[in-house]
Amino acid sequence: MSEKLLSVQDLHTSFFTDAGEVQAVNGVSFDLDPGETLGIVGESGSGKSVTAYSILQILADTGRVVGGRILYKGQDLSAWSEKQMQGFRGKNCSIIFQDPMTSLNPVFTIGNQLNEAVVLHTERRGAEADARVRELLELVGINEAERRMRQYPFELSGGMRQRIMIAMALACEPDILIADEPTTALDVTIQAQILELIQSLQKKMGMAVILVTHDLGVIADLCDNIVVMYGGRICERGTAREIFYNPKHEYTKGLLRSIPNVNNMKKKLEPISGTPINMLNLPRGCAFCPRCGAAMKICLTQAPQELVINDEHKAACWMNVKEACEEVRAQ
Amino acid sequence: MSETLLEVRNLKQYFPVKAGFGKRIPLKAVDDISLTVGRGETLGLVGESGCGKTTAGRSILRLYEPTAGEVIFDGEPVTAKNITHMRKRMQMVFQDPYSSLDPRMTVEDIIGEPLDVHHLCAGRGERRERVLELMSFVGLNAEHARRYAHEFSGGQRQRIGIARALAVDPQFIVCDEPVSALDVSIQAQVINMFEELQEKLGVAYLFIAHDLLVVHHISRRIAVMYLGKIVEIADADELNEHPVHPYTESLLSAVPIPDPDVTRARKRIILEGDVPSPLHRPSGCPFRTRCRCAVEQCAQECPALTDRGGGHQVACWVR
Repeated sequence: MSEKLLSVQDLHTSFFTDAGEVQAVNGVSFDLDPGETLGIVGESGSGKSVTAYSILQILADTGRVVGGRILYKGQDLSAWSEKQMQGFRGKNCSIIFQDPMTSLNPVFTIGNQLNEAVVLHTERRGAEADARVRELLELVGINEAERRMRQYPFELSGGMRQRIMIAMALACEPDILIADEPTTALDVTIQAQILELIQSLQKKMGMAVILVTHDLGVIADLCDNIVVMYGGRICERGTAREIFYNPKHEYTKGLLRSIPNVNNMKKKLEPISGTPINMLNLPRGCAFCPRCGAAMKICLTQAPQELVINDEHKAACWMNVKEACEEVRAQ
Repeated sequence: MSETLLEVRNLKQYFPVKAGFGKRIPLKAVDDISLTVGRGETLGLVGESGCGKTTAGRSILRLYEPTAGEVIFDGEPVTAKNITHMRKRMQMVFQDPYSSLDPRMTVEDIIGEPLDVHHLCAGRGERRERVLELMSFVGLNAEHARRYAHEFSGGQRQRIGIARALAVDPQFIVCDEPVSALDVSIQAQVINMFEELQEKLGVAYLFIAHDLLVVHHISRRIAVMYLGKIVEIADADELNEHPVHPYTESLLSAVPIPDPDVTRARKRIILEGDVPSPLHRPSGCPFRTRCRCAVEQCAQECPALTDRGGGHQVACWVR
């Protein structure tokens, strides 16, 4: 197998707050192939966004990567200088954020902001850069590029702003696009437009996409591979079909049972009990065990290791060990 | 006693908007909607942001003074005069569980306030008893009665909001996006609670939300709004299986379903462009600018809701 495009190995990211150290990401590893779409799914506080920010080293001041390695085409990013990282961001890896209103500068025109991205990362200047901006706007499906370039962000709708963000992220044709909840702030019909845009651009430019979201519907629609996170750790990973049709972690199972689906319209939903995790006060064993219906003694004291279910599927849940033991005993 | 609990007739809610030079033009947030809610029934109200679904809910409860139209509750018209009295029978649960609870009040006072307003409890002891009963109803721990709202998680706060609405023993509750601010794993808890409370107390809901899967799960009938107008009302299953209005059709096809095989096999109808501003609404049918089957007539006259059999009402010239 050739070199991975991106390889995150045992990543630990912590925030140092007044209340103490918050281990937001706790030993996360995954690989990304060129052209792949990877979905990172989890609820708020699961560490999915922090994982994405750690890759780009754009954490808040209190946050720091405290362990693990991030390899881009085999090179360790933590050894890179801030200057090198600036080149990495944008040129090799870009990000689009959830709220396009707060991520665009309200006092500069669209054209101005896109131009900045082009000038910073490419050799193009002046009219050449402007031509590239027009090209980018066309690429993301914005008509009347000339007029849009003179407008300010507040003059555009949410969907339009998100298109601008995508245009900015694609300014220098990165290999990796990280989309952090790109459609959460948008309406369904606009969401469908943006998701289709991301998909078609991915096909056209052959980049890899990391899609960070809490929406299992969006994940099911777009992703080849899925990583499920809870409490800063990976619960389960695998291909989309494996995760949805053969979930092997109690959290994933619970999550899939608790959302309205075409098949359970007439039935009662089966919610996950309890309240979301408090990251300041992580349980000693499995992060999910206080809310898990199937928790055993070992879950309370020891965090489960990742277990290989099959070639396309790994899960970190003691239940699988129990099942395997029972199978052996039965034989 | 009739089966209809709430009837809304030709409700209009316009807001004056400054248009320069002292001129004011009306923003038609809700433009002539009519609907009914039966006893113990859930009517879902869906639409994109800015379509007027929240305004509709608020106008029905007279949180805004409607521009025109009638709201008839249990055979009695709701007016500015009797609204205080009527709110004993119709209540509201708000979207944001963070801003809809007073941070200076304890949970006991928040839930007890409607009881005080309507003089439903004789003394402190009775009030406390009722509050604790309500708290256990919505699955809150009675020991938490003395705590403040900020000490609770989003899901628990929404439970407090629901307990407050239930305090006066209403027959009808407007639920304005009650689960959209909650985490996926918590949503199901709250949805189940709404369903259980309905079974137990026979309360009717107007359930406003943008998540079509959630609305389909909880509602018996669904109304779809676009730019202040209702474009289609039908039985929940009927609407999902046989949508008639082109907008409903594309809305349903745009919802990503959490099932890879199903969602990837579906044909998407992607709508072009954005929702027009309600200040500059298109002539005739509001949806015609984004509609793929629009004809000339659509630009001239706005279609009315007509019954297509079995209570399936659609407002469209073409279909």
